[in-house]
Amino acid sequence: MCGATAGGVSLEGVNVAKESVIQGIVTRGDEPVGNAYVRLLDRTGEFTAEVPTSVTGHFRFFAAPGEWTLRTLAPKADVVDKKVVAQQGTVAEVAVAI
Amino acid sequence: MSRETVLVNADWVEQHLDDPKVVLIEVDEDTTAYDKGHIKGAIKFDWTTDLQDQVRRDAVNKDQFSALLSKNGVSNDDTVILYGGNNNWFAAYAYWYFKLYGHDDVKLLDGGRKKWELDSRELVDEIPTREATTYTAKEPDNNIRAFRDEVVEAIGVKNLVDVRSPDEFAGRLLAPAHLPQEQAQRAGHIPTAANVPWSKAANDDGTFKTDEDLKKLYTEAGVDWDKETIAYCRIGERSSHTWFVLHELLGDRSTKNYDGSWTEYGSLIGVPIVLGDEPGEA
Repeated sequence: MCGATAGGVSLEGVNVAKESVIQGIVTRGDEPVGNAYVRLLDRTGEFTAEVPTSVTGHFRFFAAPGEWTLRTLAPKADVVDKKVVAQQGTVAEVAVAI
Repeated sequence: MSRETVLVNADWVEQHLDDPKVVLIEVDEDTTAYDKGHIKGAIKFDWTTDLQDQVRRDAVNKDQFSALLSKNGVSNDDTVILYGGNNNWFAAYAYWYFKLYGHDDVKLLDGGRKKWELDSRELVDEIPTREATTYTAKEPDNNIRAFRDEVVEAIGVKNLVDVRSPDEFAGRLLAPAHLPQEQAQRAGHIPTAANVPWSKAANDDGTFKTDEDLKKLYTEAGVDWDKETIAYCRIGERSSHTWFVLHELLGDRSTKNYDGSWTEYGSLIGVPIVLGDEPGEA
C-alpha cells in the first residue's frame, strides 16, 4: 500500500447524529501505519479504550462529548499523545504522525 | 499460584513454537485479527461463535466445549497458550473457559498480541492443520462463575469489582468507547461496587503489573481480602482479565467472574442501580 489516504474511513451505517465519533489515521512519513495501537484516555488520563489501526492506518472511537487524549503506540516509535475534543453529532478527525 | 504457572512470555513462546504438546490459540475481540497474521502454529477461536451458545445467551456447555477442542486438535494433556488483542481480554475470557471446564495446563501469553507486535516479532499467514482429538471436558466449575441471583445477594456483602471504564461505571457510557453505544437497557453500576478498570492492572504494552502493584491497587480500591469477590464488566470478557489477576496471579480463590455482567444486570427489572462515580449504598 503506497501513501496514506487523507480523510476518515466510511461512516456508512453509523448514526453520526447520536454518536461522538473520534477517528483518524496514523502515519510514518507519508505511509499509513497498520500495526499501531491507539488508546483513548479520558479527561483524567484514565484508559477508556484501545484499537489497533487498520491496514490503511485508520482508527475510530465512539466516545462521549468532552476532552480526550489519544495515545499511540507503534513498533520502533516513541509514544505520541494528542488531545481531541469530541462532540455529539460531529466527527473529530485526528492525524497522528509517529 | 505463581506467575510461572499461569503466564508465559514471548521468548518462551518462541522457544516452543515447534513443540507438539504446546497449542497456541489466538482469541480476539476483532475476530478478523488472526486472518491478518498470527503467531506461527497458532489456531483461532472465534469468541462470537466458538465460545457463545448460538441460540440462548449462555456459555457453551461441556459437550460443546469438548467438541470445539476435539475439532481443533487439542488434547486434555496439552499445554494451551492463549493470546489475543485488546490486552488479552478475550484470551483471558477463553482462559476462564478452560478453567471452567477443568483443563489443567493453560497459560496466557503476557502482553498478548499487542506486545508481540510492538516487539516486531514474526506473524505468519499459514493456517496450521491439527488432527482431530477426543477431548473430554470436566463438569463446569461454578466456583469461578457468578450468576445474577448471587450478584444481587452480594450487594453490601461481598466485594463487587466493576472493571469497566469510569464513564461506563458512572452511567455516562453504556459500552466501551470503541463500540457503538448499545446493549443494556439502563446505565450505571451495581450498588457498593468498587470501580477498578481492568486497564489499571496492565501496563501500556499489555503485560500485567507486578503482584505488589496489583495487591495495592485492589486494596486501595476497597477490596476486603477476607470477603468473597465477584468481578463484572459489560459482557464478561474484561472481567475475565480481572478474574485472572485476582484468582490466578494474586491467588484469591474466592473470586468469581459474572459473565452475564452489565448487559444482564442493566436489563433486569427491579434491581438497584447507582449512577455516578461513587459506589453507593446497599
